Amino acid sequence: MGFTFMDGNEAVVQGAVYAGCRFFAGYPITPATTILSGMLQALPPLGGIVLQGEDEISSIGYCLGASMAGLKAMTATSGPGISLYSENISFAVGSEIPLVIVNVMRQGPSTGAATRGADGDVQFMRWGHSGGLPVVVLAPTCAADCFTLTVHAFNLAERLRCPVFVASSKEIGMTRETVDLEAVEKPPVVDRKTHEGGPYLPFAADAQGVPPFLPMGGPVPVRQTSSMHGPDGYITTNPVVMQAMVERLKAKVESPIDSFSFYEWDAQEAARTLIVTYGVTARSARAAVSRLRAQGHAVSLLVLKTLFPVPEKVLREAAATVERLLVVEANLGQYVHEVARVVCPTPTHFFGLMCGRMIRPEEIVREVIRAESS
Amino acid sequence: MPSLLNPSRPPVFCPGCSHERSLHALDKALQQLLLEPQDVIIVSDIGCSGLFDVFFATHAFHGLHGRALTYAAGLKLARPHATVVVVMGDGGVGIGGAHLLAACRRNLDLTLLILNNFNFGMTGGQYSCTTPREARVGSGFLNTLEPPLDVCRTVAAAGAPFVVRRSVYSPDLSEKFAEAITYGGFAVVDVWGGCPGRYMKANPLTPKDVDALVEKAGLWNGPVAENERPEYGAAYASHVGASSPAWDWKGTEARFRASLSGRYGTVFLGAAGERVLSAGHLWAMTAVRAGLHVTQKNDYNITVMRGPSLAEVLLSSEPIDYPGIEQPDAVVALAREGVERMAQGWAELTPQSLVIQAVDVPVPDHRGRAVQVDFKKAGIGRKDRAVASLGILARLSGIFRIEDLVETAAFTVPPSQRDTTVQLLHKGADLASP
Repeated sequence: MGFTFMDGNEAVVQGAVYAGCRFFAGYPITPATTILSGMLQALPPLGGIVLQGEDEISSIGYCLGASMAGLKAMTATSGPGISLYSENISFAVGSEIPLVIVNVMRQGPSTGAATRGADGDVQFMRWGHSGGLPVVVLAPTCAADCFTLTVHAFNLAERLRCPVFVASSKEIGMTRETVDLEAVEKPPVVDRKTHEGGPYLPFAADAQGVPPFLPMGGPVPVRQTSSMHGPDGYITTNPVVMQAMVERLKAKVESPIDSFSFYEWDAQEAARTLIVTYGVTARSARAAVSRLRAQGHAVSLLVLKTLFPVPEKVLREAAATVERLLVVEANLGQYVHEVARVVCPTPTHFFGLMCGRMIRPEEIVREVIRAESS
Repeated sequence: MPSLLNPSRPPVFCPGCSHERSLHALDKALQQLLLEPQDVIIVSDIGCSGLFDVFFATHAFHGLHGRALTYAAGLKLARPHATVVVVMGDGGVGIGGAHLLAACRRNLDLTLLILNNFNFGMTGGQYSCTTPREARVGSGFLNTLEPPLDVCRTVAAAGAPFVVRRSVYSPDLSEKFAEAITYGGFAVVDVWGGCPGRYMKANPLTPKDVDALVEKAGLWNGPVAENERPEYGAAYASHVGASSPAWDWKGTEARFRASLSGRYGTVFLGAAGERVLSAGHLWAMTAVRAGLHVTQKNDYNITVMRGPSLAEVLLSSEPIDYPGIEQPDAVVALAREGVERMAQGWAELTPQSLVIQAVDVPVPDHRGRAVQVDFKKAGIGRKDRAVASLGILARLSGIFRIEDLVETAAFTVPPSQRDTTVQLLHKGADLASP
């Protein structure tokens, strides 16, 4: 066994190549730029294509075209770029275009602090597109997670035909660390299901609620539209067809959540408090938990790596073992609203910072003790 | 060849709409070129031109306003043999201006038909980037304040190698469409016509009027000699290989042992151009080759050769959970800029903390163990301080032998810098053992 010294952005690149990504387009932005440069080194030798878009809007647009032509596509940016992706994210949602979007978050709002981390885009990724339909958001805690979750992201994008976010941050993307790549989980690669035999209706779903795919430019003409459409791909204003369509788009992403609820639950017997966290903050929380336990203080930890759809079953099960929850996140309180909603009426406390540095283990230790004495 | 129009969706436009002429001219051109529905991808924009994709039986991609060229580029790069025709209006030219300019510069083999009817027909006749100043449109006086954009001059200036301007009533319209589709590069056709539903109500336009307007603006007939050059996809292909990924999961085997139990966090505080990050990397890679767990975070300004440059390197005999340094075990103060950037943290130093401090770099008060180093006296220049400090740090911390750093340098430092790096490591070590 030996270590590879790599940062989260390099691990994303490797995960994407492993998953079969052969198209990437992006616009330079700190702290995501090294994904663009890494993909430019990786893909062309493999027959893949990398474009540097004239802006973020075009970057995601190139990806949507390439994905509809049958290639696995990815783009990467940070918060300001996600803003510009918004209209095309809703297009990918409504028109079922597989796409992986890496958001290497930086402290915001707006241009914020380009070289400082935060998890301030968590609800933005879920809701920052018109129509409010669900997307998948996966959150790595380290470089190894960046590899594995990028592979999962491609698999889910292919399986569900929807955009999938990898919610990284500056603290993960641009921090180099030792990774034992032999030991890193490498999920089997999933490809989108293709239509076989019979006339092709581009949005006629299978039993899982996902339409089998045929590529544009292939032997069978394919219709794709950003407008509200029926199974045949033609515009519709029929309320029955429209309601069925949006309900299917919701259900196909949310119903199978138990099959892609990624998390680490470190439960301790007699623990009264469950810390719930994600992203790089999970690593501070692990250190905090070790310290608390060393002091004889029982505490449990739930690290969520699937943020959306909300893995409600996991949260309920973990919450059932404690008296209260403490949600810790690198923002001023976003995911805590999901947690509180799911575990209600169990009391849910919150601690968060968005000051450009990581939350420290001692701060979490202090908050656990404070929550238990309140 | 049979028509490529969609038998299940016959074309429906407002009576007298110029788009319908363009639609049939495009169908005729595709037929002339012996193309079948599966050979063609029509990418349409938002607005009345966005009706085109439905009326053809080809592959059809209808996306968001102004973005048609971006989808088309992705499709064409992934499917180089497909005939990709983009249809947009003057509205799409305005909102998608950056994409239009980029497409002209890129020269991918796409055909762009701009159905230019001088207004936003679908939303009620507001002014667009091509509305004449004297026209009466649904945007009050606003169009009188801005001159219209000459699409052909704009795309030619941006590098489009094939540019056509025609009236929709021109007898050679479908011929020009066919030439544009056949052209092996980015081809733009600016088709002028009237919008009877909106624009023409207040601005009557006979076919003759449209012909005269085009005549006045200037006919463009195809190849733009000074812009002709290799097509983007073909040029890109010469950079594309066909290999399979070569995975190296093995990483770097441990070659030697480090003397470390627990964590050891070092903060290098220097200035840009002093190889601070490289020194941090050498320190980190030495730890990797000792089988330790390592994290490295860098901090620097956007300016090259100016401003602070910081590296935080954390070594640990155990897996690293929290990748930050709460109490530095060592601070290496090499330049004033770096010291100023580390605003906090000095107070957290303990008597066990090592502070390697260049004599000419003042640091705030702290409780650490200060080791003053006179780099200048030792003949070590500013750019070499960081690397030399590794020799000092290795000696004083006792974590690595100098030979371990030297061996790592042989694998991780560019050949041109190896000899000086090794000399500096030894010089540093000597400074640490007076």
